[in-house]
Amino acid sequence: MSILVYIEQDQGKIKSSSLEAVSYAAGLAEMQGAKVNVLGLGSIGSEAWDQVGLAGANAIFHLEDKRLDQGVILAHSDAIAQVFDRVGASTLVLAKSSLGDAVAARLAIKLDAGLVSNVVGLPDLTNGFVVKRSIFTGKAFAETAISADKKILAVKKNIYPIKTDGEVIKVEPLDLTIADENFVAKITGAEKAEGEILLPEADVVVSGGRGLKGPENWGMIEELADSLHAAKGCSKPVSDLGWRPHHEHVGQTGVKVAPTLYIAIAISGAIQHLAGVNASKYIVVINNDPDAPFFKAADYGIVGDAFDVVPKLTQAIKALK
Amino acid sequence: MKILVCITHVPDTTSKIQFIDNNTQLDKNGVQFIIGPYDDYALARAVELKAESNGSITVLNVGEAETEPTLRKALAIGADEAVRINAFPKDAYFVAKQIANFSKDNGYDLILMGRESIDFNGGMVHGMVGELIGIPSISPVMKLEIEGSKGKLSREIEGGKEFIEVDLPFIAGCQEPIAEWKIPNMRGIMSARTKPLTVKEPVDVVAQTVVNSYELPPAKGAVKIVDNVDQLVDLLKNDAKIL
Repeated sequence: MSILVYIEQDQGKIKSSSLEAVSYAAGLAEMQGAKVNVLGLGSIGSEAWDQVGLAGANAIFHLEDKRLDQGVILAHSDAIAQVFDRVGASTLVLAKSSLGDAVAARLAIKLDAGLVSNVVGLPDLTNGFVVKRSIFTGKAFAETAISADKKILAVKKNIYPIKTDGEVIKVEPLDLTIADENFVAKITGAEKAEGEILLPEADVVVSGGRGLKGPENWGMIEELADSLHAAKGCSKPVSDLGWRPHHEHVGQTGVKVAPTLYIAIAISGAIQHLAGVNASKYIVVINNDPDAPFFKAADYGIVGDAFDVVPKLTQAIKALK
Repeated sequence: MKILVCITHVPDTTSKIQFIDNNTQLDKNGVQFIIGPYDDYALARAVELKAESNGSITVLNVGEAETEPTLRKALAIGADEAVRINAFPKDAYFVAKQIANFSKDNGYDLILMGRESIDFNGGMVHGMVGELIGIPSISPVMKLEIEGSKGKLSREIEGGKEFIEVDLPFIAGCQEPIAEWKIPNMRGIMSARTKPLTVKEPVDVVAQTVVNSYELPPAKGAVKIVDNVDQLVDLLKNDAKIL
């Protein structure tokens, strides 16, 4: 048996969600007696691959086609389908992401595979193939049986530990042709925050709400985020008002995060915001309103003025290090 | 321009989610159903594009009779006709096959839907439909302009966005800020009553997944409120052990 894992890179490094997918696949491979094949597309720095082996890969394939540096949905789908067949895989594992979701859906049809997204644990194989997924934006779970022979699992972030005890293995270059017809949707440019920790990938997230009164007050959010190596988020009103870019909006209709620590500053905690953060392991709420609904969803809270509490918290965290 | 907008009929975002029948069914008691919020963005953008291009909008739902009020609301917002494929939406694959089968006979220039439904959150149907009918699928789309026969889009990526140009026809999974949600006015509500709502029978499709059971997450423990940051740091360090 054979599993294929599709991994993504960001700024030359393998995304941690992709490393998690590799380790998840290694866990599944152990249950099935299967081999873990990993596929990376486009330019990936040679030193980045070591972690993939350590995370549990048995074989690594690399298609270094520069056209795939961009997340061209059709082209990535085509490459994955070709490699899936070539290695005789029965299951494709990938991390849920903007690109991962888009390619997984096309691959379900190309490969005639049963697809489950938002997977939160290894499957139960005692009676078929039953896997648990998050639904209703984290408000519930569904034990889902896949009846198709081939399977695609899009794994939610922060549900499986990344292994580091595997072996560094050699990367095998692939010789594949991706037909031009897969490049009909042309990516003409991109705007991307350089050097920032990606919000969906982050282990710690610091978010600010409308209680911060204006975009000019985001400096202290940035300082706290920097002190914790955290990604920055915000509530929907903040992004709607244009104080922060949309890709920082955390919530029901924004980014859903699953960090180890989520710090919410001056956010009241509307149910639509909570839907985006309920997969966080620990939630800290700082708000001057003791009746803010967010406190009910929090692990730890401080009732206080953000302008007073946040700089002190940054100082205290810097003092720890 | 002929636009197809596919909508879901889902519990309102403020709904309390509970299950019945030994955790095999959603408890619909007291739950208000709405057009999926992402689908609502897709519909709002379709209404704007229709006005620009003198086009038409068909709104489609795969669902049982209970979804018709949701389709009527879409008509009130500005769709010209509604189609309901009379089937319980078993899984994303089942729904995608129904949409693909319906759309292939109708020559739509543009197919829009939400990036994902807010019940099962799979975000898969647009990509599956695109592959089934052989057109590009792009998601999540936060901006969409049509210039002649070309679409100019921006797609959200982690940490930013990318810009895409693609010829019609294509399919897009939409999200904010592609358009502002539209609230139906009285004229829209009145006219929705007489706009056509056609019921079509589904094609035979075997779903590839089935939900065996549902469960709720464990209840959250009580919040620990502290007076100052030193106590907070202490909890993060010694209680949560994450600093």
